[in-house]
Amino acid sequence: MSGETIDLAVVGAGPAGMAAAATAADLGLDVRLLDEQPWPGGQIHRGVDRLAGPKTTDDPDRAAGRALLHALRQSKADYRPRTCVWHVGPGDDGVFELGLRCDGAVALLRARHVLLATGSVERAMPIPGWTLPGVMTAGAAQSMLKASGLCPEGPIVMAGSGPLLYLCADQLAAVGADIRALLDTTPRGRYFRALRDLPAALRAPAVLRRGLGLLRAPARRGIPVHRHVEAVEAVGDLGVTGVRWRRGGRWDQTDCDHLLLHQGVQPHINLPRLAGCAMEWDDVQHCWKPETDDWGRSTVPGCWVAGDGAGIAGGEAASDFGRLAALGVAADLGALTREEAGRRATSHNRALAPLLAVRPFLDNLYRPDRAFMLPADGTLACRCEEMTAGDIRKAVADGCHAIEAVKQYTRCGMGACQGRMCGSTVPEVIADARGVPVSAVGTYSQRTPVKPLPLTELAKLDTVLNPPSTETAA
Amino acid sequence: MTAVTADVVVIGGGLHGCSAALNMARRGLSVVVIEKDFVGRHASSANAGGVRTLGRDPREITLSLASLDLWHQIESIVGSDCGFQASGQLRLAETPEALARLQRRVDMLTSQGFDHEEIIGADEVYDILPGLRPGCVGGLICRRDGSANPLATMQAYRAVVLAAGVDLHEGIAATGATRSGGTWTVTTSAGAFEAPVIVNCAGAWADRVAAWIGDMVPVTAVAPCAMITSRMPPSLGPVVSTESRPLSLKQFENGTVLISGSLRGVADRNTNVAAIKLAPFAARAATVLELFPAMQGAQAVRFWAGIEAATPDGSPIIGPSAAAEGAFHAFGFNGHGFELGPGCGAVIAELVTTGSTNMPIAGLEVDRFEADPGVADGARRDPIEQGVDHAAST
Ligand SMILES: Cc1cc2nc3c(=O)[nH]c(=O)nc-3n(C[C@H](O)[C@H](O)[C@H](O)COP(=O)(O)OP(=O)(O)OC[C@H]3O[C@@H](n4cnc5c(N)ncnc54)[C@H](O)[C@@H]3O)c2cc1C
Repeated sequence: MSGETIDLAVVGAGPAGMAAAATAADLGLDVRLLDEQPWPGGQIHRGVDRLAGPKTTDDPDRAAGRALLHALRQSKADYRPRTCVWHVGPGDDGVFELGLRCDGAVALLRARHVLLATGSVERAMPIPGWTLPGVMTAGAAQSMLKASGLCPEGPIVMAGSGPLLYLCADQLAAVGADIRALLDTTPRGRYFRALRDLPAALRAPAVLRRGLGLLRAPARRGIPVHRHVEAVEAVGDLGVTGVRWRRGGRWDQTDCDHLLLHQGVQPHINLPRLAGCAMEWDDVQHCWKPETDDWGRSTVPGCWVAGDGAGIAGGEAASDFGRLAALGVAADLGALTREEAGRRATSHNRALAPLLAVRPFLDNLYRPDRAFMLPADGTLACRCEEMTAGDIRKAVADGCHAIEAVKQYTRCGMGACQGRMCGSTVPEVIADARGVPVSAVGTYSQRTPVKPLPLTELAKLDTVLNPPSTETAA
Repeated sequence: MTAVTADVVVIGGGLHGCSAALNMARRGLSVVVIEKDFVGRHASSANAGGVRTLGRDPREITLSLASLDLWHQIESIVGSDCGFQASGQLRLAETPEALARLQRRVDMLTSQGFDHEEIIGADEVYDILPGLRPGCVGGLICRRDGSANPLATMQAYRAVVLAAGVDLHEGIAATGATRSGGTWTVTTSAGAFEAPVIVNCAGAWADRVAAWIGDMVPVTAVAPCAMITSRMPPSLGPVVSTESRPLSLKQFENGTVLISGSLRGVADRNTNVAAIKLAPFAARAATVLELFPAMQGAQAVRFWAGIEAATPDGSPIIGPSAAAEGAFHAFGFNGHGFELGPGCGAVIAELVTTGSTNMPIAGLEVDRFEADPGVADGARRDPIEQGVDHAAST
């Protein structure tokens, strides 16, 4: 069996992972930070080390990103870009075994502790036509912009709900994108409901101020904003050519070459699920998240979760959650006394308090609307296996109640993406068909590899595990 | 709460429980099936879909051939073709020694009057598998074997069992069984069920059910594993295994390729969790690429493990209880019970309704491990069978 066992493997080099890796390494732990992207920063600070970046209202983020990167570079943490973690599971002797691939090579890494800091993913927004070429998520467009400065050409429509939609609109407009309309699908009632949580949110005036600024930004840039949109459809045959929407009962439409959808983000839990972490349902954020204690400790001993992957709280909070988890790991490994860890945690918890106080307001305001999560019968729910919402409803009518039963019946979630795309939609359709809350339906199980792995690389793992004998005949 | 009564209570809603229930209902019995999770939750959906008579233990051959006949008419039995393709099963001989072993097996079968396994030469091997790397010297083929789609199969069985009037209870676990005055009472997490007959098809959990009946069986829960690849250009050849190393490979109609063969993970039947181990997957991938260079472009999409019962001698337990009246067993399929599903259910129904069967099932008795301690510690089986067992698992 190859190789050494390290103290801590951190998966994901976003703010949570960067902060955790630097903190743990500074405490003397042997840390490796793994991320499939070629650069550090994760989603929010993507490209922080390279491009000057679009000049937008999110400048405070870039300063924070640079500080995190500086701390990481100063530390002894071993940062490995372009490294995809495709497996995490129990190894033979009580340590974790991680399957890695990097530049065509595979490796196994053994670690006493694992911190999963894999951030969030956007919810699918399965409106009619969502699978047409030219339709993508707002986050995907943002990634392209941050990674390579690319912006979709031609007229764009953006639709959905949540702060990220406005942020993306602003960032794209700043580099000259032709945004014809922003269709905000946040239902009317949400604003009143969220008002209840406003007093608490006032503890974080800076966050609110920034949010307000973002809400006004599109209008300031001359983008027509349509609020309380009730329905959206992508129009086109071979690709999207326009968008139709309903507002106040009236349909309207405009031509476009690109439709960017966004329906909020949810924790990216494929690795925690693979590791066997118990999940809990967050009713306000309307998502599953790993069950953790205040330090980020999951229900699997030695497996930790931090950042948006443990519950959506944003980039700024993520770095503090990452540091807390690093302290927890260090204390468990004896690199730090419990008292010292507790003492250091105080300042992080103090920094987190206002950031968390603002969540109920934001979460209630942008709670995903069922209307946009439940595709119509003829609309695809699972792209890989080409299953429509109607197919899923039929499976339920035929007696499949558990999500795993529907999965076996329809093959939804068994394709190449293993439910990354349909993981929020399919449970929603089942819950609707059965008339139960979506929390009662559960989530897909996750299998290795979390991303498809070339057979040639898997075969190389055989050589890693069983090196060809170099002995010559004696 | 008063107990639900029926002619038969079946414990376990896998392929074997469903098949037994279907056959009994069609013989006019009122049948209850109790399934703790949902139909096909375990081995019967997780399996590799191999419909293989090739390489069977002699005790299972007649039953497996009868079951194969039923697979060939599966649509008339369950109203769906279950994705069954009679594409054959082919075991490659990569060396002359391997071919000699296969020949010895065929000689043994011939002496017992079987002719379904056939030696073929290298030319025919390469006709069948043009993409196979050069160097194989021949093979052993069962032309009527093939594969089916386990998910489609369990879907069809569930529907047809319901249509036949079986009273199916999913999400309910049997917690005990007692017999008095000729009636079995099966207690469950949701009330009691009473019947003169019970049938134990509880898969990897069946030794527990057997113990309620009074039959003690040394069954272990194992976790056979498999992986599926991305869609590849169709070749739709036979299911391929090799004599000298563990491998089983088959392509489904949708182009995906299933790779398995003695892959073993770790099963925990208390939590329903079966965990994989990476090393054997890597080894199988290496074998596949060596034999089929065209698989270079494939991606491994999903690895999985299922929970299955293994017996000390590698063969199932099929037949009446040795300890009590009105109780029957069908479990312990050691990773090759999918093929036996249609046939075994028919045999159980025959036993239950007539008290006997013409199907030779001698050697599959539930009490055979008590009688033969040598068998119980696993010291048996000739080298031919050991070799055959490589692919036997999946
Ligand atoms: C990965 C893998 C690959 C395989 N490949 C092949 C192959 O290619 N060809 C082949 O022929 N075979 C194959 N097999 C084996 C085959 O799947 C099994 O032999 C067969 O499905 C067994 O069916 P079953 O009905 O006995 O068991 P199962 O399908 O496991 O059904 C037993 C059922 O009993 C239920 N149960 C247990 N206890 C209770 C209780 N107390 N109360 C209520 N319900 C209970 C369980 O929940 C379960 O659903 C493979 C198996 C696996 C795991």
